[in-house]
Amino acid sequence: MSVVTQADPTTPAGSARALSERRPLGDRSFQILALACGLLVLVILVLIAVSTSQQASSWFTTEGWKIFTNNWNPAANQFGALAFIYGTAITAVIAIIMAVPVSVGIALLLTEVVPYRWSRPIVYVIDLLAVVPSVVWGLWGIIVFAPWIQHIYSSIASGVNGIPVLDNLFGSPTSGASFFTAGIILAFMITPIVTSLSREVIATVPQIDREGAYALGATRWEMIRGAVWPHSQGGVVGAVLLGLGRAMGETIAVALVIGSSAVITSHLFAPGYNMAAVIANQFGEATGVFRAALMGIGVLLFVFTIIINVIAHAVVDRSARRMRGA
Amino acid sequence: MAVATETQQIDLREPKGWRRTSNRIMTVLMVTAFVLVIIPLGFVLVTTVVKGASVISWSFLTSNIPPNVAPADVGGIGPAIVGTVEITFFATLMAVPLGILGAIYLNEYGGRNWLAALIGFFSDVMTGVPSIIMGLFIFSIWVLHFGFSGFAGALALGCLMLPIVIRSTDEMLKLVPNSLREGSYALGATKARVTMTVVLPAAIGGIVSGAMLAVARAVGETAPLLFTILTVTTVNKNVFSGANTSLPSQIFSNANSPFVGAQARGWGAALTLIVMAFVLMVVARFITARFSRFSR
Repeated sequence: MSVVTQADPTTPAGSARALSERRPLGDRSFQILALACGLLVLVILVLIAVSTSQQASSWFTTEGWKIFTNNWNPAANQFGALAFIYGTAITAVIAIIMAVPVSVGIALLLTEVVPYRWSRPIVYVIDLLAVVPSVVWGLWGIIVFAPWIQHIYSSIASGVNGIPVLDNLFGSPTSGASFFTAGIILAFMITPIVTSLSREVIATVPQIDREGAYALGATRWEMIRGAVWPHSQGGVVGAVLLGLGRAMGETIAVALVIGSSAVITSHLFAPGYNMAAVIANQFGEATGVFRAALMGIGVLLFVFTIIINVIAHAVVDRSARRMRGA
Repeated sequence: MAVATETQQIDLREPKGWRRTSNRIMTVLMVTAFVLVIIPLGFVLVTTVVKGASVISWSFLTSNIPPNVAPADVGGIGPAIVGTVEITFFATLMAVPLGILGAIYLNEYGGRNWLAALIGFFSDVMTGVPSIIMGLFIFSIWVLHFGFSGFAGALALGCLMLPIVIRSTDEMLKLVPNSLREGSYALGATKARVTMTVVLPAAIGGIVSGAMLAVARAVGETAPLLFTILTVTTVNKNVFSGANTSLPSQIFSNANSPFVGAQARGWGAALTLIVMAFVLMVVARFITARFSRFSR
């Protein structure tokens, strides 16, 4: 103890230690304030998990594992959520299947094909797609798009009538509001984010790799397959996962166009439901266990999207690190 | 002479056959992908503008919200515009300063330590949390205790904006050259002073435009507001108590309505909302182009 106090006066002025001890109060409190704001992100995420789980606890305790059964009947106090989990998976997968090729295609168009002065307007158009609010997609989806696409569903259904597998997938459409309509609208909505993330990843491919491929006589497509794709594969996978997370959580547009029917069916053109949409549509009039069940579906959705996002960002970070190393 | 004639002529023309064909097919497919995106976007925008413009007038923008059965030319969306402005204003007031400070921690203080890496990672993850979860969260911790209010909606939107602001500000702070910081330290300034008077002003263009893009995203969000503000039909000037309404909430309830008049008012509200978000985006772009001193 005494050794330390004796040593102090001998500390040379201007050393790092002396400087840090002379830091004024304002400087230190600013650092603490900044740290607190940074920690706020973690605090909010923990609070979300804790507070929503607490509100949902009566659903988890009364239903137990029955929450994963397919019987949603609030009037009879049955709250199995499997139909909504199924709907979320189906609509998100439909959206991904349609959005990913389009998004990667646009990203390649922007980075590899068009000259810079053309790429800027294209980026503006894609950004404009992101500016259209979810609820406007929903309004357009239910009033304009669903009645129109219903005719297409009908003709596809009559075309596949009697063909074994296709009939199960595309048969018996009832209205324009369906899993498939929701999937299409979701595809429009996640295209901007998948495009911009893929574009960022593809832009990090070293120019010298491209030039090398061209020097070997590759055509542009051969260059993309041989030089761009191996380099950006990981990052694009991350972008796709982020798009999947968005598609699972998108609420309002889906709530309007999915048809609101808690069923598990292989018919993609049939009305269905998903997790986000059932919360949005039914939470207002729910009380007791019903409300706890909807809150619990929210908890499940939160957990699913957190897992997907953690994996996605881990993949993106890893491929970004590898790219910097290369 | 003889040597020159013997030199092989390198064939620089496009290769023939399948290699050329596949290259052209893929190029065409890429252009097709872009066209596939333009078509629905064009349809949505044209429908909204055509249907919206036919109902928008000064009285539509200022009148109270009528019952859904009312014909298209009765009433308007005044309370929804007031509510959207109030709620977005308070959300911005909370999320932007906190987000900028959080980014300052990440970039100026945290550096490469594990805590900053963790916060940065989870800010990214938090941008992917569905907006309806934010609504349920604020419902649980705020609405159940203090009731519905515009402020509850602002809290939910603020949670949504916070990680976006942190991420965009962080990107901008990274672009500020270290020589600026070192120069100010050499003059004896404290870290707080360097950050506030040198680093932030240098990055302010990008920070403001990032914040505006976050606002543009939040202004169109419906899901966080569903269980936090409800809807009302008259203007509620008090953000801190009583149910409120917003443009997206109003569009959602009108879209669910079978009445033609309600749907027409929905289109009018949709056009108003898109114009608001679009103006925010264009101003953000303008600020980026005009005021950013450092770019990638």
